[in-house]
Amino acid sequence: MTTVKEAQAGPQMRAAGGKKKRAGVLLTGATWIISVLFVFPVVWMIWTSFHSETDAASNPPKVLSSFSVQGYKSFFGSDPWPTILNSLTASVVSTLLVLCLALPAAYALSIRPVKRWSDVLFFFLSTKFMPVVAALLPVYLFAEKVHFLDNIWLLVILYTSMNLPIAVWMLRSFLAEIPAEMLEAAQVDGAGLLRTLREIIAPVIMPGIASAALICFIFSWNELLFARVLTGTRAETAPVFLTGFVTSQGLFLAQVCAASFVVSLPVLAAGFAAQDKLVQGLSMGAVR
Amino acid sequence: MSSAVESPTAKPAAEGPKKPSRALAKSGAWARRAPLLPALVFMIIVTQIPFLATLFISFMHWNAYYPDDRGFAGIDNFKSVLTDVDARSAILVTIGLTVGVVLVSLVLGLAIALLLDRKFRGRGVARTLMITPFLIVPVAAALLWKHALYNAQYGLFNGVLKFVLGDNAPQPDWISNHPLIAIIVSLVWQWTPFMMLILLAGLQSRPMDVVEAAKIDGASSWQIFTNMTLPHLRQYIELSGLLGAIYIVQNFDSVFTITSGGLGTANLPYYIYQTFYSAHDYGTASAAGVIVVIGTIIIATFALRTVLSLFREETR
Repeated sequence: MTTVKEAQAGPQMRAAGGKKKRAGVLLTGATWIISVLFVFPVVWMIWTSFHSETDAASNPPKVLSSFSVQGYKSFFGSDPWPTILNSLTASVVSTLLVLCLALPAAYALSIRPVKRWSDVLFFFLSTKFMPVVAALLPVYLFAEKVHFLDNIWLLVILYTSMNLPIAVWMLRSFLAEIPAEMLEAAQVDGAGLLRTLREIIAPVIMPGIASAALICFIFSWNELLFARVLTGTRAETAPVFLTGFVTSQGLFLAQVCAASFVVSLPVLAAGFAAQDKLVQGLSMGAVR
Repeated sequence: MSSAVESPTAKPAAEGPKKPSRALAKSGAWARRAPLLPALVFMIIVTQIPFLATLFISFMHWNAYYPDDRGFAGIDNFKSVLTDVDARSAILVTIGLTVGVVLVSLVLGLAIALLLDRKFRGRGVARTLMITPFLIVPVAAALLWKHALYNAQYGLFNGVLKFVLGDNAPQPDWISNHPLIAIIVSLVWQWTPFMMLILLAGLQSRPMDVVEAAKIDGASSWQIFTNMTLPHLRQYIELSGLLGAIYIVQNFDSVFTITSGGLGTANLPYYIYQTFYSAHDYGTASAAGVIVVIGTIIIATFALRTVLSLFREETR
């Protein structure tokens, strides 16, 4: 736009163009400053995690003090692996379960829709509005009664219910994009259900599955309230392990930063790798 | 594209040219329902039954410390929640926290989305940097703010104060002085990227030809922003605000980690957690849970309409 204007403009217009350019440089600079400010706490966390405990706790900060993996040594020394494995189990299994349940449901809500399918869709959404804390007590009492407390499968079930509505909404919005004529044409051509699924539905739904899986994984990995109340020593997840640092005192800053970084790594990796999928997932498929 | 509103009338045509017998139609309806049922039944069992149980328990005297004193309580639990100073404070904190975080992160998110919508070199990198806070596990983020940034002795904020102002620099205890603001700031840091992502997607879905035409007609940037960009963004603003509110109303991690519910920062989820987990007062905890659900239903009734309008538009 600016270049076209400048080419045909007199000196006055050119001056305005120069002003615009300067404003543009300022805005770009502001964007960079804000982005760096937002990422800075994370950078600080990683930076601190590689210092010795005494350097990490110095005030004013010793930014350039020597590199140390003491924090990581004490974190891994406190044996966090079982909790990380538990988190992995809960997130991966519940994500798979969500997809197994959500795919057929999304099909029945879009391609061959049941009667009153929009009511069903809104039922799924409405469960997302219900605060999990309201269901916490009965779940706890029930699990206690049937000796299901401190069992990772309990979390798998709960995380599945937490994420299923999101996945149903997302996958439905992808499936709803397949034009009805295309499906009819396939039927006229005598394509069976399997061929329709493979050749028409699969290509459309794949990106949707990726987004849904990403977001389900992140939300399950992050969950704290259920995990804290319903697990003990055996099924403890990584976020619950982190709560051990809530009331810590003394020299532990490098360790807490190392722990926070390690536990966040899977989410950071998944989120960076699939940034565009993140938007779709977070908006339940409303925004592409 | 089928959409929430028009399709119930449009669908019968798809059922085929021949009119099938009633029995066949019935089995056809069940064949349609079959793929839906596992998910639907699962959701009803896992989410609705516990809620009914909560509703039931909320009308009972039930404290695990007094196992003999169990029985029907009428509306006593609701009375005690609504007259309890802590519970009322929890309601106010929940509202303040949610409104504060949603509003500030929406405004910041919108500003940053507008900045990132411009073309400049390294835009993708800047966007990636911006979303990083959202990819930190919430407990880890809260620990980071509590220990590495806010802490009065060795936190970064006071460290910078000392570095800039010298040894006599003020060293405030950020969390004790402003506990609620401390929580809000850390949450705004995490949720601004969320708002930004949705709003940026909204900005990029703007029909640019119309904007270009307006520019040629001599519309100023401000006019374009208020008359074209904002109306287009409205539904994205509503959607991101609504989704953000759903998650922040339920926030437990930050309150639990940063203040452990102390200093008047206990919100409803924390209050319920404590009533049930530490005080073992199941009746009162359930009544508070029911109140939260009623509150959310009120908000959701307004909100659902919004969501509906967005999905209608988007799925076309």
